[in-house]
Amino acid sequence: MNKNPKLNSVYDIEKVAKQIRGKLVEMSHKGKAAHLGSALSTVDILGVLFWRILDMDIKNPDSEKKDRFILSKGHAASAIYATLAHKGFFPMKLLDTYAKEQSCLCEHPAPSCVPGVRVATGSLGHGLPIGLGMALANKMKENNARVFVLMSDGECNEGSVWEAAMFAASNKLDNVIAIIDYNKWQATGRSNEILALAPLKEKWEKFGWNTYEVDGHNINELIQTLENIPKNSKKPSIIVANTVKGKGISFMEDDNNWHYRIPTEEEVQKAKKELGLI
Amino acid sequence: MRNAFADELTKIGKENEKVVMLSADIGNRLFDNYKEKNPERFYNCGVAEQNTIGLAAGLAMSGFRPIAYTITPFITTRVYQQIRIDLCYNNVPVIVVGVGSGLSYSELGPTHHSTEDITIMRTLPNMTVLCPADANEARGALRAALKHDGPVYFRLGKKNEPLFHKDVPKFEIGKPIVMTQGEDVCILSVGNILPEAMDASKLLKEKGVSAQVVSFHTVKPLNKDFLKKTFSKFKIVATLEEHNLKGGFGSAVAEWLIDEEKDYNSKLVRFGVKDMFFTIIGKQPFARKYFNIDSVSIAKRIIKVLK
Repeated sequence: MNKNPKLNSVYDIEKVAKQIRGKLVEMSHKGKAAHLGSALSTVDILGVLFWRILDMDIKNPDSEKKDRFILSKGHAASAIYATLAHKGFFPMKLLDTYAKEQSCLCEHPAPSCVPGVRVATGSLGHGLPIGLGMALANKMKENNARVFVLMSDGECNEGSVWEAAMFAASNKLDNVIAIIDYNKWQATGRSNEILALAPLKEKWEKFGWNTYEVDGHNINELIQTLENIPKNSKKPSIIVANTVKGKGISFMEDDNNWHYRIPTEEEVQKAKKELGLI
Repeated sequence: MRNAFADELTKIGKENEKVVMLSADIGNRLFDNYKEKNPERFYNCGVAEQNTIGLAAGLAMSGFRPIAYTITPFITTRVYQQIRIDLCYNNVPVIVVGVGSGLSYSELGPTHHSTEDITIMRTLPNMTVLCPADANEARGALRAALKHDGPVYFRLGKKNEPLFHKDVPKFEIGKPIVMTQGEDVCILSVGNILPEAMDASKLLKEKGVSAQVVSFHTVKPLNKDFLKKTFSKFKIVATLEEHNLKGGFGSAVAEWLIDEEKDYNSKLVRFGVKDMFFTIIGKQPFARKYFNIDSVSIAKRIIKVLK
């Protein structure tokens, strides 16, 4: 559990989420890096995971005995970098180098680029199979640690996701918790129109998973759901988190232009004002 | 080769608790002994190769030594990106084993042929490419691969190939094994095609040509010192592989030779498969004759080049 009790409350997670959102807008602007909308929809989920749920050792983040987290939607790299920095995995000033020449903070995470990121992601459909491998290892070693994988809805287009879904169920990997950042958009359109994704929760249920559906921006609901996932259910669990792409910045919300658009200096200021940061 | 692989794996499985066998629903009965002795370290991952490679990566990141196994095209071309990112970019010690490589399963048709696997595997950073030549070499190669700290592509043939090593040879990654000594010609043979090289050397001897045969089992990393010595000594250096000439072992040697920017007075002759889908029905020996990579064709061409 989080060693800093001050940041355990809903209020405090909401507060840090605002700071992270402000940072993401700034990082996108300074690094001229896309995928801001995709990063913004993950912030509350990451906040709850890192400030409330994950049992991680900041000094030894790859420890097999501790929980592991994989950002399978690697295009939201800025969100995991900002989360890890705010949590103290590495210095905040490193975030200023994001997507710049010579930086280790690539627009899609490189393996072990910073403490807290072990797995390379960016091509979709890779995180869950790797997470299952770690979970299987935990079972074989009788470690109680769990593996959390954050995916996007567009990512569920990938066949590898469903290969993994079947393997996790047949091998009763109840130490795996997947979360889908269901922001209803993918790169070029509505995720339910491009491929028949819906009903997403029911699909996973039929694949043999424990399924939950939450408001992915409701900190309290996320906490309640994540804290109540049974530990020995013999089934993997998945949370379909309904989110809004670009969440938190009024002029970016549910506007898919922000999959690729870079905010101007003016827009950065406007966003920060909205977030109450300036 | 595959039976020896399974047998060696069974032995290793007992000694090394880190070994985990992942089969993509192949090897019916082949791994029964392994499974019996190590039931908790065998997983049939189903006909789901992408997930199999990802799983292997995750297991390796947790300290295990996974082996991902199925028929070559399904564990190479089918899952190239998983190998590239999950294994090579993450740089984890996973052994990817393709069985029935080259034209081993010739009669099954091009879906089951693999004549581009060496090309695509050797171009991946961090990857080691091993092509054992017979059952005993496969045993040694497996043990060496398990000691290597990084991803390994392991190119197996099928079963009942001729045995050339009486015992398990001392196998070191990157160290070619000289099978027969010779003076005029050196045949660098990669993997399961070794019997053709051995027979060709006999045919050449009958014609008064002294041929050295080498099992050049490690295509990557390429042993450049060995190549330098070979090109300095022999009039002809022949590369032999049951694999497309484009991008395979012969190409690797040619790339090296050009980059040497040096005149060796030695001719490079490449033997391999033409750039085509082989749709004519026939078993492996028939296919080798078709592509002129059988012993008779090899000897004939070498004699022609010598003249």
